[in-house]
Amino acid sequence: MAGQLSIAKALNEALRKSLESDPKTVLMGEDIGKLGGVFRITDGLQKDFGDDRVIDTPLAESGIVGTAIGLALRGYRPVVEIQFDGFVYPAFDQIVSQLAKMHARALGHVKMPITVRIPFGGGIGAVEHHSESHEAYFAHTAGLRVVSPSNAHDAHWMLRQAIESDDPVVFLEPKRRYWDKGEVGEDPMLPLHSARVVRPGTDATLIAYGPMVKVCQEAAQAAEEDGRRLEVVDLRSLSPIDFATLEESVKRTGRGIVVHEAPVFLGLGAELAARLTERCFYHLEAPILRVGGYHAPYPPSRVEETYLPDLDRVLDAVDRALAF
Amino acid sequence: MTVKSTSRARKKAAPGVPDPARAGVGAEPELVQLLTPEGDRVEHPEFPLTVTPEELRSLYRDLVLVRRFDAEATSLQRQGELGLWASLLGQEAAQVGSGRAMRPGDYAFPTYREHGVAWCRDVDPLNLLGMFRGVNNGGWDPNEKNFHLYTIVIGAQTLHATGYAMGITKDGADDAVIAYFGDGASSQGDVNEAFTFASVYNSPVVFFCQNNQWAISEPTTVQTRIPLYRRASGFGFPGVRVDGNDVLAVLAVTRWALDHARTGQGPVLVEAFTYRMGAHTTSDDPTRYRQSEETEAWKAKDPILRLKAHLEKEGLADEAFFAEVEAESEKLGLRVREGVRSMPDPDPTLIFDHAYSEPHPLVDEERAEYEAYAASFEGGEHH
Ligand SMILES: Cc1ncc(C[n+]2csc(CCOP(=O)(O)OP(=O)(O)O)c2C)c(N)n1
Ligand SMILES: [Mg+2]
Repeated sequence: MAGQLSIAKALNEALRKSLESDPKTVLMGEDIGKLGGVFRITDGLQKDFGDDRVIDTPLAESGIVGTAIGLALRGYRPVVEIQFDGFVYPAFDQIVSQLAKMHARALGHVKMPITVRIPFGGGIGAVEHHSESHEAYFAHTAGLRVVSPSNAHDAHWMLRQAIESDDPVVFLEPKRRYWDKGEVGEDPMLPLHSARVVRPGTDATLIAYGPMVKVCQEAAQAAEEDGRRLEVVDLRSLSPIDFATLEESVKRTGRGIVVHEAPVFLGLGAELAARLTERCFYHLEAPILRVGGYHAPYPPSRVEETYLPDLDRVLDAVDRALAF
Repeated sequence: MTVKSTSRARKKAAPGVPDPARAGVGAEPELVQLLTPEGDRVEHPEFPLTVTPEELRSLYRDLVLVRRFDAEATSLQRQGELGLWASLLGQEAAQVGSGRAMRPGDYAFPTYREHGVAWCRDVDPLNLLGMFRGVNNGGWDPNEKNFHLYTIVIGAQTLHATGYAMGITKDGADDAVIAYFGDGASSQGDVNEAFTFASVYNSPVVFFCQNNQWAISEPTTVQTRIPLYRRASGFGFPGVRVDGNDVLAVLAVTRWALDHARTGQGPVLVEAFTYRMGAHTTSDDPTRYRQSEETEAWKAKDPILRLKAHLEKEGLADEAFFAEVEAESEKLGLRVREGVRSMPDPDPTLIFDHAYSEPHPLVDEERAEYEAYAASFEGGEHH
């Protein structure tokens, strides 16, 4: 897989590899066949693997996830695509009450190796329901694993790992980064649920995932020009969370700032801040700060720039953390 | 290695089950039609319609203006003035016919494509463009024109329509509701739940399905193995399939359906058999999934050409009339263009304005934080 791949293409290749390596893998979703999905993540797969394995479903998300559960009971390994973040809610019961709990209810006698792929997050100038960050609902639900890659390498390997997992995985794809290119290595390098320090630093730790990793890296770059050395940790996995890596980093820098597009109120940052405070209390120079969306519906696209954390808002939080 | 599977039995219809292809183009015998594609008037025993020449001309005018508005929006999207546009091209008759069948007290619940219905409800076309430009997520007061906000989440509005209709019954009023949805939407749980509620409460709601043959890239056969209008019988109410490109038939059938509903006889499903002539939206590329021959075949059934042919054949409109409509359509285009270009971007604090109807401390706190943060940039001392 030498060369630079876009995140979209890296995901496409991951699906191809998964279809090749396990005949029980099936893809399901709206418009994933001839069209290749609205983001073309499944481009060419129906042509190569047939409409029995790359399945255009009726327009019904509850139906997609619910029947994926039945297929899993029958020994299949479904990978379902939800067309946009805002359209997963009709499937909410099937995901949080059915899929998430099946293994526990069956006392481990059945496995639910289902991957739910969802393009998520904003910043693409879309109409409403196409820019949501709903990771907290899923991470809050025991029984689901939740991950989100930020670059092409992780997109590829984390998707393959997610599909191989015998637990249900909600796989959140940073849609505004789909066309960002990167090197995809020959092996995954990390287990699915490990975080990664993507930029070492000493003065504060920026913690992000998915689309916000790039924003944090740019913020760290800008801060360096002011003589500040910011560490950036790409969380990668939202449930479970690799607290060991975070703890080590925050203890070293003494400051932590969590950045996500999702609303700050009861977002992932709340859990991160609470746990890191418990674990790193005597090392902290400042409270763990959070930068994120507001407690308001995702706004119309002409003002989404205000809603979304950007370099300035991250640096503003860095200023506040350093001022303590 | 490529694992190519053998296709299973899905292709063949079981005995007694109608051929799925009948959900497609070859379903004319079941269509209610009052105006042939050639523009000849035909009668239907169950749906008689008397229209004056004046009404015919005014329907024609609506069809032309709606198409013009739609074309203008498509080009505004191409020029970057709109983020997205969902064109109604080809569906003008389904929308104008049903929109014109409504009485002032009736209420419409649209999807995101009902620009022609909005027109008939006298909603300012510029209002519709706000959400496509990205300056709001709705942009009009639904109660002003009895035209609900556009709903993007497929099928959700059919339940709202049903609840509204339940309220009409409780009030003892004789208004009726019309719920728009697509062929794709017919698969959603919400739509099937709406059918159930409307049926058991005998609600005055007309479910108006525009079967435009496509749900983005999925043909109707992905959603159903029987013609969609027949779904109604399983829920216990009547279903009718009407030629959706025949404005007269749509008008007659919808009027009948709304009257059926408002007179306490319960819901009706109307399937307007039509065709999405354009892309799903301006983001879509239909060449990836459908043949141009299909689109060409539907061109011959164009809703505007057939009414024009009728007006001409019967001598019901002269050159001056057509020129007048053309001039009006130019004027509309200009108004839409200028209106969109001068539409201001909202103040960012709009984000906090309407999240709740009553004060909310967290929203107030975040608004104050945002305002202080924004003010820190004034004078340029920030970073
Ligand atoms: C719940 C939900 N799932 C998916 C989508 C994405 N989507 C938007 S339009 C569309 C197809 C709708 O087809 P149809 O109901 O036939 O209406 P049409 O667009 O043809 O008017 C899809 C899948 C959505 N908006 N809502
Ligand atoms: Mg359709």
